[in-house]
Amino acid sequence: MSVQEKENISRRGFLKLAGIAGSALCLGLYVSEKAEASVLNEAQATAAIEGVELAAWIIINTDGKVTLISHRAEMGQGVYHSIAQIIAEELEVDLYKVDIQFAQGDEKKFGSQLTGGSSTIRGSYKNLLKLSATARQVLIQAAANRWNVPAAECYAALGHVHHKPSGKSAHYGELVADAAKLTAPANVKLKARADYKVITKPLHRRDSPLKTNGEAIFGIDKRLPGLQFAVVERNPRLRGKVKSFDATAALKVPGVTKVFKVVMGVWTTDREGVAVVANSTWAAMQGKKALKVEWDDTGFEHISTAEIFTRQRELLKTSEGLPLRTQGDPNGVIAGSADKLDVVYETPYQSHSCMEPVNCIAHFQGDKVEIWGPVQAPNWIQDYVSKKMGLAPEKVIVNMTFLGGGFGRKAMPDYPHEAAVISKEIGAPVQVVWTREDDATQGPYRPGISYRCEGVVENGAISALKFRMAGQNNDHWRSPDNGRPNRSTSEGFLKPYYDSIKNLSFSDVPFKTPIPTSFWRSVYASTNGFAYESFLDEIAHKAGKDPLALRREYLKDERLQKLIDKMEAVSGWKSRRKNQGFGAAITECFGSTVGHIVKVSKKTGGGIHIDKVWVVVDCGWYVNPDIIKAQVEGSVVMGLGAATIHEITFKDGMVEQRNFYDYKMPRITDIPLTEVHIIDNDADAGGMGEPGLPAFAPALTNAIFDLTGKRIRKLPFDLNAV
Amino acid sequence: MITLNVNQKQYQIDADPNMPLLWAIRDIIGLTGTKYGCGVAQCGACTIHLNGEAVRSCVTKVSRAVGQQVTTIEGLSKANDHPAQLAWNEANVPQCGYCHSGQIMSAAVLLREKANPTDADIDAAMAGNICRCGTYQRIREAIHLAAKLQKEGAK
Ligand code: FES
Ligand code: FES
Repeated sequence: MSVQEKENISRRGFLKLAGIAGSALCLGLYVSEKAEASVLNEAQATAAIEGVELAAWIIINTDGKVTLISHRAEMGQGVYHSIAQIIAEELEVDLYKVDIQFAQGDEKKFGSQLTGGSSTIRGSYKNLLKLSATARQVLIQAAANRWNVPAAECYAALGHVHHKPSGKSAHYGELVADAAKLTAPANVKLKARADYKVITKPLHRRDSPLKTNGEAIFGIDKRLPGLQFAVVERNPRLRGKVKSFDATAALKVPGVTKVFKVVMGVWTTDREGVAVVANSTWAAMQGKKALKVEWDDTGFEHISTAEIFTRQRELLKTSEGLPLRTQGDPNGVIAGSADKLDVVYETPYQSHSCMEPVNCIAHFQGDKVEIWGPVQAPNWIQDYVSKKMGLAPEKVIVNMTFLGGGFGRKAMPDYPHEAAVISKEIGAPVQVVWTREDDATQGPYRPGISYRCEGVVENGAISALKFRMAGQNNDHWRSPDNGRPNRSTSEGFLKPYYDSIKNLSFSDVPFKTPIPTSFWRSVYASTNGFAYESFLDEIAHKAGKDPLALRREYLKDERLQKLIDKMEAVSGWKSRRKNQGFGAAITECFGSTVGHIVKVSKKTGGGIHIDKVWVVVDCGWYVNPDIIKAQVEGSVVMGLGAATIHEITFKDGMVEQRNFYDYKMPRITDIPLTEVHIIDNDADAGGMGEPGLPAFAPALTNAIFDLTGKRIRKLPFDLNAV
Repeated sequence: MITLNVNQKQYQIDADPNMPLLWAIRDIIGLTGTKYGCGVAQCGACTIHLNGEAVRSCVTKVSRAVGQQVTTIEGLSKANDHPAQLAWNEANVPQCGYCHSGQIMSAAVLLREKANPTDADIDAAMAGNICRCGTYQRIREAIHLAAKLQKEGAK
């Protein structure tokens, strides 16, 4: 089931109103296994708001103040704002007056809180619209009852209900006590898209002001009374154990109070290190430098990048892998062809390198632990830490702060567990900060992957395509290898090709290393997209066709045809000259389809200049076009780093990069001008935090091929060396 | 005890004179708007003003700030209304926002030095500040806008 389906038709399908001790109206999606009456009595309502059953999303108090509980994390993608923008529309309140708070981790109440898979808006918007419209309707009804007039004569605007004929009005706060006694109507009418006053408008982000004056509290900024600071010396070989350590010098550093061995869980495995606790982060860092640790690497493979990719290529020569999808007989067609294309694409390991390094606060208090941090999946942390520490889930309280970037890294529960272990040891609240070097050298990483792509073109048509992928499966870090193929082997590939390409297969050639891997913005689409969309460009050239015309021919889908129309129109694709340096690519990711056109030219003195990037997005129903544009602009920059700079390499079992001086980031001087276009339609909402990324790299390398005839099949590559 | 003047306020702190200002400001004084990104003068997230000049607080010792004026993002303006702050909000620049204390502190110095910064001026002044979320295009736009607001404000 997709994220969306799961969240729309879940047990939380019952919308409830609850009066909280007469002082507020609380709306949420009720976890009803007991089929309660629709109006809760006071005791039930109180119980509900205390967290038993009702997931409170919107609370309106008697002053008329509206509080919105955000169940998802804000890491730059804008949901903090977007959820409020949705609610403001149907609830008819001032978007800029709604108070926004982050929910604590609680899967029972909120469903999945994993802010990943670009799922927040697409997974919640229908419920949020309905919830808000229902609230508005009961408030209108409460006013109508009080004034003894038909509800149809009343309307709501900016937190008030008005009665048109008499000119009476009441603010929501005056109505909440009455409204809480009403039964929520089962089917409220939602506004048509054309009537939106708030949704679809490029409104200013609610979190911007907090992020321009230092007010926003990221995980690393959270403070508690008595807070201690800690850093951890970690095994540079990722695995391996602490054999012994000498803390004498470390303990002499002023401010350092404790040094001890720590074991933290990394999903199903453990990682060992030595924690240094102090009265400031800097003192702890100094203590760490003074530490002497002897590591035991017995049994650890001293892996290297060269070995990894050689092994992948060898496997792709001999192994058919585990089939994920096979249609027709690609093997037969390929075997019978004397002129097949058969190439390997390669993508590197990558670091997330969130601007805010990984960090977390934990306060262990005997039978419970409270956690504060920049976390993408508070409910996963609750689950993981409770199991690891033998606590009941409700005894693990997880609070979200703003995240200084997440990109998938901050979905892992390893660092909150580590903070909890350290807090338990010292009996005080502690903030554990990973240094930038820890972040670079410890992972998890996006897995490095090799793809073997084979294809046959006959008479200008695609006869067969066969894709094999050899790379680590992220799923195996969370659950045991069940022998099934990586379900993401075809991620990014456009589904309508399944209908138009008769002989086609995808398979996963299992590949393992002890390197921890995890989701990285747009996950497998970020690497699959490069291989598959570059290969389609190769196919187009083989077929003697314009690369976009070939896609048009094989993508028989109205929305995709419109997307291609738009890509051509905005970039001047059709009027381009031969080999002028244009490249195109289209990928699907988390419910949205995004097409990139990149235009490149030769720099005087050598190398490639990116002149312009045009991006066309079809994400269906959307909230804020400016946030979408920003996400795409950022994805282009991140995609540029991923394609032309970034590579985590291993030597003798250790990561070779340490900080921004050897894992360099694109800077303001390096970025191309990006122009984003959004297609307007009413289709179901797709994600937008990630889908803007995957098509950039293949569009860029396809453009370079167009300009120079040079096909780039290995990332990263140096723009200056092309 | 060391006395520091941060945002026009005197603080008496018990710190190693070698401690970088970044950590003294964040962990001892308790102003957390200034960020740790790399610790080695590579990213600019920790940018503050020392007597009005942009410095990387992660590599600036506390001892160097004694008797000087330190300004952090919290002290750049009273009401989040420095032209750069206004422009940043107008152009919806921040995504995660983590880098922007440093970005704005760098931009503020540029705007004081150059009333009409060109793209080349912006590149030169801002190349030391990394944004992992990739907000650079909007940073450029916001600096041009801030220059305009600054001029209007001065009239
Ligand atoms: S933290 Fe100072 S430059 Fe990165
Ligand atoms: S906005 Fe996230 S690092 Fe700049």
